[in-house]
Formats: sequence, structure tokens, C-alpha cells
Amino acid sequence: MPVKVGIIDYGAGNLRSAANAVQALGFDPVLLARDEGFDGVTHLIFPGVGAFGDAMGELHRRGLADPIRQWIAADRPFFAICVGYQVLFDSGLESPGVPGLGVFPGKVVRFPEDGRKIPHMGWNAVRLLDPSDPLWAGLGAQPYFYFVHSFYPEPEGSDLIAMECDYAGTRFAAAIRRGNLIATQFHPEKSQQAGVRLLGNFLR
Amino acid sequence: MDKRAGGGFPAGVLAKRIIPCLDVTDGRVVKGVNFVDLIDAGDPVECAMAYNEQQADELVFLDITASSDDRATMVDVVRRTAEHCFIPLTVGGGIRTVENMREMLLAGADKVGINTSAVKTPELVDAGAKAFGSQCVVVAIDAKREGPGKWGVYTHGGRTPVGRDAVEWAKEVWRRGAGEILLTSMDCDGTKAGYDCELTAAVSEAVGIPVIASGGAGNLDHMVEVLERGKADAVLAASIFHFGTHTVGEAKEHFAARGIPVRPHVD
Repeated sequence: MPVKVGIIDYGAGNLRSAANAVQALGFDPVLLARDEGFDGVTHLIFPGVGAFGDAMGELHRRGLADPIRQWIAADRPFFAICVGYQVLFDSGLESPGVPGLGVFPGKVVRFPEDGRKIPHMGWNAVRLLDPSDPLWAGLGAQPYFYFVHSFYPEPEGSDLIAMECDYAGTRFAAAIRRGNLIATQFHPEKSQQAGVRLLGNFLR
Repeated sequence: MDKRAGGGFPAGVLAKRIIPCLDVTDGRVVKGVNFVDLIDAGDPVECAMAYNEQQADELVFLDITASSDDRATMVDVVRRTAEHCFIPLTVGGGIRTVENMREMLLAGADKVGINTSAVKTPELVDAGAKAFGSQCVVVAIDAKREGPGKWGVYTHGGRTPVGRDAVEWAKEVWRRGAGEILLTSMDCDGTKAGYDCELTAAVSEAVGIPVIASGGAGNLDHMVEVLERGKADAVLAASIFHFGTHTVGEAKEHFAARGIPVRPHVD
């Protein structure tokens, strides 16, 4: 089946950047702003910036929460980015009382205010827990990616964690993997060669 | 240090960022960029792509006239740049409203820089952070030394004093939700004699957000100095890169040799 990329559009995300990166890889993505148009899509990208609560509100308003849950339940290729990654969990401290998509158990927490600069902004290296994963092909042993975030998910149980990163002494899950799903706290669409290569591996 | 891989630093050390800045007016780069292989050194998109090739960590476009006609031109420049450059892009100059911010972000900018408009209307910082997140709002501060350990805020290229203390202003915009501060020393800007490390350290220590040092870079050691002594999180420079004195890659090698964490060049 030919690759057809869908990008979730919930109004807030900087999906232009994700769409640009997908286009640079030679694919013409479709934007999905409602619970329709998923037919024929083979790979779903869920970008995100902004707040946890705002993202969840818009996903529900646009009827996108259920299609995303079903997509993941069917283990179809799925790539979530930043806030898109965070809302896969049960809840977030950024927006108390707002349930996430609840695909994975765990909550989203904030870096401690201990004098470190927040947000964690810039290029940081990650550790690949399974360097033989074909999704990491061509990334090298210790790729650098662009991060900009104050919150990060704490998955319950470590078997989901695929990449780890440290910021000022706090180790966090920079990426998770399960089946055909990957979700990253960093922005591959802003991480130049490494990021575009990772997106390319996902779309292959 | 623990084991190194590929000449990089241990995972968990946030790299210091190297940020070339392009001054743009009427959709053209002011003063041009002087490196080889550019068909049109005045085209901001071409220059941005050249820095993308050099693996700059971020890019800044500064629209230095920023009339309203100009903004439409700038939106187009940003849109075309974002199609080719997959690094964070900040756009500043003439952004006065949340609507102006939205326009730039939708075109593909990742952050917007505000300076005079933030001084005039500090609530714009709060409004921008609320609408798009703190990470999108960079407040540019032009500071000029007014006495020992004291700097004032200036607008209009350092001509107009606004009667505010630069460190206090930095703290205020941080509290209002700015995600980053772009700090220019008006005393050092254009001198090529080095950054104002004292100013940069004073601001960097006063706020809990990253500080980009700007103004005065004449050589790579100046950058090392402001990252170490000035406690800057990133360095911004124009002419040192534009005139081909150094490439971004040379700067990274220079930093790494002195133990400053950088994102290594990727082949």
C-alpha cells in the first residue's frame, strides 16, 4: 500500500513545520481536522505545541479523540510529538482535572524549579535503549534533538521507554515505542538531519 | 565525564546554541552574506539555507524596517524558509499585536521576538504567552551601560532611553511569561570587541529562562567568554558568520575543544 500521511490538526499545533518536513521527504500529507478523511491514510502524525488542557479540549471538540484511540488500538503507524506525546497519558499537572487520551498509564509532570532554566530549550542528546531498533537507522549512537518543554510524561513501567534524556539532573523519557507507535518529547520536525531522518524511517 | 560518543558530550548536557541573525528589510538581507555558492546573497531564504547547511542551531530574522507592507513580505520569507530549513526560526521586528504573532507563527516561525512593543505594552508578553505558549515569546532587550553594574533599557537602536533598569525589565518579562531573552549590549554592538559579559551574567542569573547573548562578537573566543563568564545559554552573531570569518562548524569545534557542550556536526 502506498504511504499516505495524515497530520492531526487540532488548531494549535505548529503543523506547518511537520507538514513541511513530510513534504521534504517526498510525501504530500493530508490535514485531519475532524473525524473524517482517515480513509486511505497509512501513517498518522500527531504534532503539538501549547497546553495539555487546550489540546484535549480541541481534540474532543473536533471529534478527534476517538479516531486517534482507535488508530493506536489497531497498532497502525503513529508518530506523536511533544504535547501530542503528553496527551497519550492519563493526566497532566499542567491542566489538573483534564483527562488525557489515557492510551498509556502515567502522568505528565513538570521539571522542578530548583534554579534550572525552564523551559528545557535547545539541543540535547538522547540515549537509545535499543540501538538495534530499525527506526533509529542512521541516527548514530547519541543523536541530538531539539527540545522545548516544561513538562514531560512519566510512563508507569519502563518497558515503553525507548529514548532517555537528562536535563540538569532529571532523567526523563524522551521517546516511547510500542509496536508501530513512536512518541517523542522533542521536535523531529525542528531537529534538522536527525529529526528528518527519524521521520523518514517512520514513513518507510 | 562518562563515555563520549561520536565526539559529543554525555547525554543530558544541553548544548549551547549558535544562532546566526539576518537583518532583513523589504525582503532583502541588509549588508548581504559573504560566502561562496550563493546565487543571491541578498535573498534571506538563500542565506537561511546556507546556515542550515552549516548546521546552525537556530536562526533569527530581524525585520529592521517593519512597515506593514514589509510584514507581508516577511511572512512570505518566513514561509519559504520554513519549507527548507528544519531548525527553529525566530522572527522579530514590527510585531505589535497577538495577531501579528499569529501571522508569523502560522507562516512557519517557531518564535516571535518583541522589543519596543513589549516596552510600550508589557501585557503583550502575557497575551502572547497565553495564546501560543511561553516558548514562542522571545523578548529582545537592548541595554546600555549607565553606571557600574547598571544598565538601562533602550529602544530605536539604542537612541531612546525608556527609563527602566535592564535586569529588572528582564525579570518582569520572565514573570509575564516570556520564554527566552535576546539580550543586546548597545555598547558592544558593532564593536567586534566582545560581548558585555557582566551585563549578560547579571541578566542570566536574575531570570529562570534562557538568555541569548548578542552584540560585540569579533572572534570565537568572545563567544566562549560570554557562554562561560557571561553564563549565556546561546550566542547570536551576524557579521562574524556573514562575512565568512568563521563558519558555524568552526565555532562548534572551537567550543568543543574548550569543553563547551555543542551539538556535533552531523554528516
